[in-house]
Amino acid sequence: MEQAPRDPERQLQPAPLEPLGHPDAGLQAAMTENNFWLKKIEINVSEAEKRTGRNAMNMQETYTAYLIETRSVEHTDGQSVLTDSLWRRYSEFELLRNYLLVYYPHIVVPPLPEKRAEFVWHKLSADNMDPDFVERRRIGLENFLLRVASHPILCRDKIFYLFLTQEGNWKETVNETGFQLKADSRLKALNATFRVKNPDKRFTELKHYSDELQSVISHLLRVRARVADRLYGVYKVHGNYGRVFSEWSAIEKEMGDGLQSAGHHMDVYASSIDDILEDEEHYADQLKEYLFYAEALRAVCRKHELMQYDLEMAAQDLASKKQQCEELATGTVRTFSLKGMTTKLFGQETPEQREARIKVLEEQISEGEQQLKSKNLEGREFVKNAWADIERFKEQKNRDLKEALISYAVMQISMCKKGIQVWTNAKECFSKM
Amino acid sequence: MEGERLASQARSSGLPAGGATGESPGVDAPLLGSSGSSALLQAEVLDLDEDEDDLEVFSKDASLMDMNSFSPMMPTSPLSMINQVKFEDEPDLKDLFITVDEPESHVTTIETFITYRIITKTSRGEFDSSEFEVRRRYQDFLWLKGKLEEAHPTLIIPPLPEKFIVKGMVERFNDDFIETRRKALQKFLNRIADHPTLTFNEDFKVFLTAQAWELSSHKKQGPGLLSRMGQTVRAVALSMRGVKSRPEEFMEMNNFIEIFSQKINLIDKISQRIYKEEREYSDEMKEYGPIHVLWSASEEDLVDSLRGVARCLDQCCKATEKRMSGLSEALLPAVHEYVLYSEMVMGVMKRRDQIQAELDSKVEALTYKKADTDLLIEEIGKLEDKVECANNALKADWERWKHNMQNDIKSAFTDMAEENIHYYEQCLATWESFLASQTDLHMEETSEDKPESH
Repeated sequence: MEQAPRDPERQLQPAPLEPLGHPDAGLQAAMTENNFWLKKIEINVSEAEKRTGRNAMNMQETYTAYLIETRSVEHTDGQSVLTDSLWRRYSEFELLRNYLLVYYPHIVVPPLPEKRAEFVWHKLSADNMDPDFVERRRIGLENFLLRVASHPILCRDKIFYLFLTQEGNWKETVNETGFQLKADSRLKALNATFRVKNPDKRFTELKHYSDELQSVISHLLRVRARVADRLYGVYKVHGNYGRVFSEWSAIEKEMGDGLQSAGHHMDVYASSIDDILEDEEHYADQLKEYLFYAEALRAVCRKHELMQYDLEMAAQDLASKKQQCEELATGTVRTFSLKGMTTKLFGQETPEQREARIKVLEEQISEGEQQLKSKNLEGREFVKNAWADIERFKEQKNRDLKEALISYAVMQISMCKKGIQVWTNAKECFSKM
Repeated sequence: MEGERLASQARSSGLPAGGATGESPGVDAPLLGSSGSSALLQAEVLDLDEDEDDLEVFSKDASLMDMNSFSPMMPTSPLSMINQVKFEDEPDLKDLFITVDEPESHVTTIETFITYRIITKTSRGEFDSSEFEVRRRYQDFLWLKGKLEEAHPTLIIPPLPEKFIVKGMVERFNDDFIETRRKALQKFLNRIADHPTLTFNEDFKVFLTAQAWELSSHKKQGPGLLSRMGQTVRAVALSMRGVKSRPEEFMEMNNFIEIFSQKINLIDKISQRIYKEEREYSDEMKEYGPIHVLWSASEEDLVDSLRGVARCLDQCCKATEKRMSGLSEALLPAVHEYVLYSEMVMGVMKRRDQIQAELDSKVEALTYKKADTDLLIEEIGKLEDKVECANNALKADWERWKHNMQNDIKSAFTDMAEENIHYYEQCLATWESFLASQTDLHMEETSEDKPESH
């Protein structure tokens, strides 16, 4: 991670080794540097802390800061050494990501965990300061950093490196790159359509796919939240049995013991739902990551669209200039132009004037042809690189989602086993009544 | 004046009709009137030994008694006789089988109502045939219940389903309502059939066997159906007095039934709520599976996994539906019946208190009045018998009721637990099979989360 290129704009070729990205605490990212030696780093977002400070408008505010610890692992002995440790808040993560979006438009940039709690089932707090939310965000931020660190291209970025190592002054450094200016404001206008005549079909399909992905995952998360809500209700109501059985057992001679112990199992059943749903929240977070990834995909498609649009506009412009030039040279006016009109009305221009104009146009045409060539090249490079990353992303997505579904099944199995146990115990108590 | 109605009938139909306790109109009925068939009642209660097939003993003893007065020539004390008897319902000895089905709507110019078909199968001699089919409406059931309460004020008569649904129902004749009612009516009749005393009640027999016109004319004989919806001032005053002099064992009974009633009501509410929550959960689950199928349409490489999950979710949804229907078949009606039963028992306690109070007030009168002492003493004598009979009847029936309650509750909750176990087992099986199908292809990416199943 050390010798990151000084110029963050330079895009390096993807590393030959495909590193493992895993949203798990303390997992390692492997990177090659000049193919000479393997150096591993560990990134942890290990703590979250409430802080108060002054914001940009010099007003008191409360925010949460997260501790990022970076360890380098020597390949030979496997020991890790803490190399860096600093605190960052969510807004700094956002800044980092926005920077990456501008400088790596052809990369599907990993998303941040949600800013505000959404798709919340009602018992879960939607408050950003809620400890459970903070905890899940901590995990999400760690996951983000690991994703970036394990991306063959992004991991080499200097600003990313500084994010992990340079606490003070980092913000200034990022802003000095002037990335905000480089950002194409048109990219922000999500709804604006650009009439692109020859888009790359793959990108059109990809955009369509990302829309579908976003829509279906949103829908799924909404329903999941409702299901969680209902499930919570079913479990918790059983807890009432516990209390009433206990009170009832006081007046019963033979049934008393059975009632009392059955009631206890009802309490156990009712309280088991809390852990179950907490685990499920982790699953929901995994889905949310891909919900946000859909946006990242769309951003890449958008960039392609814009590039293509610019290309087409440039080509169009060039064509029209060429035509103008031709008309001037041959004297035929095929196209309407204001100059032509005024010439007709106020008299023709002199041959010298015409020559001058042709010269200017020829220069412009030459420039335009250069530009078009480079734009074309740029476009092709973009498509090639973007598509490589998209393929990488697709593999990652398939792996991750499959694993998520499997882990969901595992959760359900655990829930069922607990249920069987509790109800078997309860049944025994009932039959002893 | 007071028609001579047979409160209950012995096997041998040769018995003269005895005056039932409580004939006159008004809710005071149980208090006034002769001691009537209290002796008969006592005899019925005493003679029902579970192994006693031959109930000729019963008829023999009964014939010895003067229906209208208490005979001092009882072979043994009532109390000791009661201790010998156990009122367990023996399914082997069941000789009366009743089903209630086929609800049908009838529309007349005045009203719309539902009748139910009642089929009775019996091997009893006093029934003219071995099978009967009649149609009855809810009103008829109400009538029967009233007659039973009149005849046996301190026996625990089984409850009828409610007249109206308390909340939520606009249409009286909604399908679920009718089905719930039908089941409850069937339970009601079978409970009577299983009751050692009530099963021989003449009105019960008429209810089961008479054709429509026969029933109407039978109903018209004797006093009209008494409204038991309220209590007269006198009855209230009497019952309060009765509470004060209530014997210890009945105090205990009363405490029990008050607390039981509270608890069973809560359990009823909780159980209904669970049903409602499960229904809502099931509704949401119906949507959950299909989304995964929808998703699989845009994911080539995840089709198997997504469809697999969808299948599991759909199976779990079905399992939930099954669990719910189990709840509504077994637990809910059982608990609700005991909600109504507890009200019945509280009513029986009140009536016992009233009977006692009647005696107490006469005894009090005796201490103050000097005149008509002989008459008072005679009345008191009769009332003492009445109280003793009422108490004994209640005590015996109480034990029987409590025993049944324990069994019914135990069975209902055990069923519920069983339903839940089955539900979770089904869900477990479906998820495990999904997991197996995935991990076959998934290789050994073992995370610690993997279950140590098998």
